[in-house]
Amino acid sequence: MASQPAVTRPSRRKARGAGIAPWLFISPWILGFLFFTLGPLAFSFVMSLHDWPVVGQRTFVGLDNYRVMFLHDPQFWTSLGITVKFAALFVPLNIVLSFLLAVLLNLNLKGTPIYRTAFYLPSVISGVALVTIWSWLYSKEYGLLNYLLSFAGIDGPNWLGDTGWSIVAITIASLWGLGGSMLIFLAGLQSVPKELYEAARVSGVPAWAQVVHITLPMLSPMLLFTFITSIISAFQQLTIALLLTKGGPVGSTYFFAMYIYDNAFKFHDMGYAAAMSWVMFLIIMALSMLVMRWSSAWVYYEGEVRKDGDHA
Amino acid sequence: MRKTLAYAALIFLSALFVAPFLWTLITAVKSQADLVAYPPVLWPADWHWENFTDAWGKLSFNIFLKNSVIVVVLSTIGQLFSSSLVAFGFARFRFPGRDAIFVLLLATMMIPWDVKMIPLYMEFNYLGWINTLKPLIVPAWFSEAFFVFLLRQYIMTIPTEIDEAARMDGANAWQIYWKIHLPLMAPALVLVGTFQFINAWNDYLGPLIYLNDQTTYTLPLGLALFKGLHEVDVVSIAAVTIILCLPPLALFFYAQRYIMDSALGSSVKG
Repeated sequence: MASQPAVTRPSRRKARGAGIAPWLFISPWILGFLFFTLGPLAFSFVMSLHDWPVVGQRTFVGLDNYRVMFLHDPQFWTSLGITVKFAALFVPLNIVLSFLLAVLLNLNLKGTPIYRTAFYLPSVISGVALVTIWSWLYSKEYGLLNYLLSFAGIDGPNWLGDTGWSIVAITIASLWGLGGSMLIFLAGLQSVPKELYEAARVSGVPAWAQVVHITLPMLSPMLLFTFITSIISAFQQLTIALLLTKGGPVGSTYFFAMYIYDNAFKFHDMGYAAAMSWVMFLIIMALSMLVMRWSSAWVYYEGEVRKDGDHA
Repeated sequence: MRKTLAYAALIFLSALFVAPFLWTLITAVKSQADLVAYPPVLWPADWHWENFTDAWGKLSFNIFLKNSVIVVVLSTIGQLFSSSLVAFGFARFRFPGRDAIFVLLLATMMIPWDVKMIPLYMEFNYLGWINTLKPLIVPAWFSEAFFVFLLRQYIMTIPTEIDEAARMDGANAWQIYWKIHLPLMAPALVLVGTFQFINAWNDYLGPLIYLNDQTTYTLPLGLALFKGLHEVDVVSIAAVTIILCLPPLALFFYAQRYIMDSALGSSVKG
């Protein structure tokens, strides 16, 4: 290899060509990007413009898949609505609960590593095991959950069999894995300089005001990150619905992602499924961009001097 | 008073997070009589550990285990190698377009898997990889954005004087990566390896789409199949569920220090 790592030269500040070596190093990602991301994305868009059965003749239909979806497929709207409802439950709860858990851990009481491990534990198992565990907890007759609720005098609902409760059941099972978001908030809390709180205390600022004016602004980048990743994972929710409720009862948990999956691998209508997956992609992109634009009003990055009113 | 309240909250919440595991474990060792008893038996008198071996023999779980191990081992090796290589490329070279490409790499993390699911199935089908483990292994050899990001951040904290000294001694870029940075990256590699292991071990949707033949099933598919076939055999399902949870849990306990350090250390450095 002819070239050397550029930074080892004395004139490291100057941008210079480093020959082919860096490209060789990053070539795995470049190739993976072409074959497993960009190629599939482009291909999927082409598919979405076709009537594309798994076997048999494919025909170009232009934007017809999209037209049918928006105008003639009530299930598309129903499923999209269910996913939006789930996101509306999951995203705020995930943020608030993982934030509260992080605050509790940040008190640094005795045994904190043990509680931290307990909160994080469910995040390392997922999918089938998680669903299996929750399907028994939720069971109407033998479930532990309703048994425990009965001590509080509550007649527990039929979690998985009631159209009103099934989506709540999936939300709770999903929240069980909030350990990742919790760690991000905990990291953020631990990086807040203690002097800020001391200064506030000395000046007689009450505790709630310290949270509003110190903790929340300092944590705003983590809030933004968790906000966006929660939206993405809420829209992609498939495994739990597929296994825990199979979309039921009466289609009450027939998520958007599940409808896409069924169109592709059950109804073998690949073109239509691809079109719907593009709609999901665009919705996620639009939501992320909205959140990011809105966030410039409340995200505070350390070292940034913000002029008031420069973010309309 | 406030402290007592915080302790109460922490202990109660920890119990909530751990209870589902314990309940599954207790279910797995119950006798049939304890299982159907109402109110539920919270602490069985006899623990039937043989339930585990019984359950394991009820389906070809050895084959599923073998497939899972192949996928996990090969994809983890591939991920460690490719992601560290790419991370080194981004961290230690200057080249035209580097920053733009890195932003592109970060952007790919936002692409939902659902969009790639269908075309990837078609691609692997075209290659003749359906019903083989290749779709679950090969992509891991082409690095993953999140891991590249993690490792790049780690390499950036290592002084470039080390590279300088090695270069003086006549080492080329590959040797600097292989002999110096790879060993130095060990803590970050433990982290990447752990995440990749756990993701590959738990993965359900990938195998569900790419594998139809039961001889190619991985453990999560096997458990789902078992659950469908023997819905009422709750004890056996619980036993297999526990077995499925053990490797990620064991690995987590081993790597916990690295996970917490990196999560809790990252923002301090930044």
